[in-house]
Amino acid sequence: MTKYMDRTAWALTIGLAVLIVVNFFVAEWFRTILLLSLARGSVALGLLVLWRCGLISFGHALFYGFGAYTVALIIKYLGITDAFFTIACGVIVAGGFAWILGFLLRRYRGIFFALLNLAFSMILYGVLAKLESLGSTDGISLEQQTYLWYAPEGVENKTTLFVVAAVLTWVVAMAVHHYLRSTLGYMTTAVRENEIRLEYLGYSAERAIHVKYTISGLVGGFGGAIAAMTIGHADPDSMAYWPISGDFVFIAILSGTGNVGAPFIGALLYELIRTYAFEQFPGIWQLIMGGTLLLIIMFLPNGLWSLVDRWNQRRKERNRLEAPAEQEKA
Amino acid sequence: MDTELVLIILVDGLVYASYLFMVSVGLTVICGVQKILNVTHGSLYAFGAYLCATMLIFYAEAGWPGAGAFVIMVLTAIFLGIVFGIVIERGLLQFLYAEDEHIIVLATFAAFLILEDVLLLIWGTNPYIAAEPLALLGQTDIAELPFDNYNLSMIALSALVAAVLWYGLRRTTFGKMLLAVIYDRELSQSMGINVTKIFLLTFMVGSFLGALGGAYQAPAISVQPGIGVEVIVLAFAVVVIGGMGSIPGALIGSLVVGVARAAAVHLEPVLELFVIYMIMAIVLIVRPQGLFAPAKARKI
Repeated sequence: MTKYMDRTAWALTIGLAVLIVVNFFVAEWFRTILLLSLARGSVALGLLVLWRCGLISFGHALFYGFGAYTVALIIKYLGITDAFFTIACGVIVAGGFAWILGFLLRRYRGIFFALLNLAFSMILYGVLAKLESLGSTDGISLEQQTYLWYAPEGVENKTTLFVVAAVLTWVVAMAVHHYLRSTLGYMTTAVRENEIRLEYLGYSAERAIHVKYTISGLVGGFGGAIAAMTIGHADPDSMAYWPISGDFVFIAILSGTGNVGAPFIGALLYELIRTYAFEQFPGIWQLIMGGTLLLIIMFLPNGLWSLVDRWNQRRKERNRLEAPAEQEKA
Repeated sequence: MDTELVLIILVDGLVYASYLFMVSVGLTVICGVQKILNVTHGSLYAFGAYLCATMLIFYAEAGWPGAGAFVIMVLTAIFLGIVFGIVIERGLLQFLYAEDEHIIVLATFAAFLILEDVLLLIWGTNPYIAAEPLALLGQTDIAELPFDNYNLSMIALSALVAAVLWYGLRRTTFGKMLLAVIYDRELSQSMGINVTKIFLLTFMVGSFLGALGGAYQAPAISVQPGIGVEVIVLAFAVVVIGGMGSIPGALIGSLVVGVARAAAVHLEPVLELFVIYMIMAIVLIVRPQGLFAPAKARKI
C-alpha cells in the first residue's frame, strides 16, 4: 500500500466503482435515493470534520442552501446549465461564506457554536423565503443541466448526473480523508481533548477550527448543489429550514465519526428508512425517524461505524489470543 | 414617521412580545434548571393549541357561559404539563442527564419528530378554528386600527405569568430550593434537596407554560400542522437573546424581538423573519451568554 492508498481509500474507490456499475441497472427512484444520499452524506461529512474536534452545528442547512441556490440562481439568471461550472460555483460560494463566517465562529465552542450556526441558517431562510427575486417560498425550478458539450435528455441525463456526482463525491471524500490524516487533521482530536495544551505545543486552535469550518462549508455547498440538481428544484423549506439541519445532525450521529465513508453509508440508510417509512406508513414516517434516532442515541451512541470498530477490535483480540497457542504447538 | 404608526408598531410589538414570552418562558425555566435546550417545547405548544381548540369547540357547542373558556385553557395546560412532564422527563430525559448537551438536544429533537406525528394521528391535517373567546372580548380601536381585545389581554397574561414566576422563585421555599439546584446541583443534593423531584416539577412547570402559550393562542390562530416547528425556533431565538435560563432575559428578549418584528412588518415586510435571527446572531456575537445571563462562577 502506498502512502496515498490505505484501506479507506481503497474502500472508497471500490465503492465508487460499484456505484457506477449499479447506476446503469437500478430503477429511477433508487437512483434518486442514491444521489440524495451522496448529497446529504457530503453535508454530514462536513459535520464529521467539525464533530472530530467536538463541535456540532445546528445550522448546516446554511451551506446546503448556499450550494443549492447558487446552482439555481446561475441557471435562472445567467442561463448557464453546465453541471461542472454550477457545482464549482456552489462549492466556492458556500466555502467562501464559511471562510468569512469562520473568523467569527472559530471563537465559539459548545452550544454557542451550534446556536450561532442555527441563527445564520435562519437568516438565510428568512431572506430566501421573503425575497421575490430569489423565488420566495415557492423556490426556483432548475432547467436540465448539461455536461460540457454533452446534453443528454431524460433518463440518460440522470445517469450522467449520477456518474458525475459519484466521481466528484469520491474526489471530495478522498480529499477530506487525506486532510484528516495530515498533521492539521490530527489536530482535530487535540482541539477536542485539550485546547490549552495544543496552544502550548505552538499551534493556534482557532486556526485549526477555521480550516475545518471552511472545509465543512465547501463540502456542504457541494451537497446542496448535487441535491438541487437531483430534485430539479430549490426551495427554502427543503433546503434551508432548521429541521433540515436537524436531519444532517441525525445522519452524522447515525453514521458515527470513525471514517469518511461512514456518512455516506449513514445517509443511504437514512434515505432508505425514510423512503420506506413514507411508502408503507405515510401517517407516521416522522415517528419512525424520531424513534430510530432515539434508539441510536440510547444504544449506539457512536453510530454505525462503532460496529465496524468493535468488529475490528474483536478480530485483533482473537489474533492476539490465538498467536501464543500456535507457538506452543510448534 | 408619524406618531400613529409608532403607536401601532408599539402595540403590535407588545402583543407579539407577549406571545413570544409565553412560548419561551417555559423553555428558559427548563434551560436554567436542567441545562437542556428542550425541542419538545414546540410540541407542547402545538398540543396545547390543538387540545384547547378541540375542548373549546365542544364547550361552545354545549352553550355554557363564554368566560368558562379561560378556565378550560388553564385546565388543558395543567393536564398537558403533568402528562408531558412524566412522559418526557421520567421516560426519556432522566436517562440522558449524564450525556453531552448536544446529545440531549438531539434526543429532544427525536421526541419532537415523534410528537409531530402523534399530533397528526390524533387531530389529522385539517385546521381547527375556535374563535369564540376572541369574539367574546370584542375589539378596541387604536390609531383607527381595530385590535382584538383578546390579543391585548395576552399582554396582561404574560405580565401575570412573569409576576407569579418571580414570586415563586424569590419568595417561596420551592423557589429557593430551585435556585440552589441551579447554582450547584451536587451541593444542594448533599444538603438534602431531592434533585430528582425538583427536576420533574420544573419540567412540569415549564411544560405547563408551553402548553398554556399554545392554549391561549389557539382562539387567535387557525390551529394546523407545522405550528410547533415554527414556534420552537422562535423561542430558541428569544431564549438565546435574553440569556439561557434567565426569566427577565426572556422578558427583555421577547420585547426586543416583538418590537423589532412589528417594526419590520409595518416598515419593510421583507425583513420580517430576517430581523429576528439577525438580532439573535448579533447578540451571540457581542454577548454570547445573552443579555441577562446570570453570572456564572468559574468552577475549577
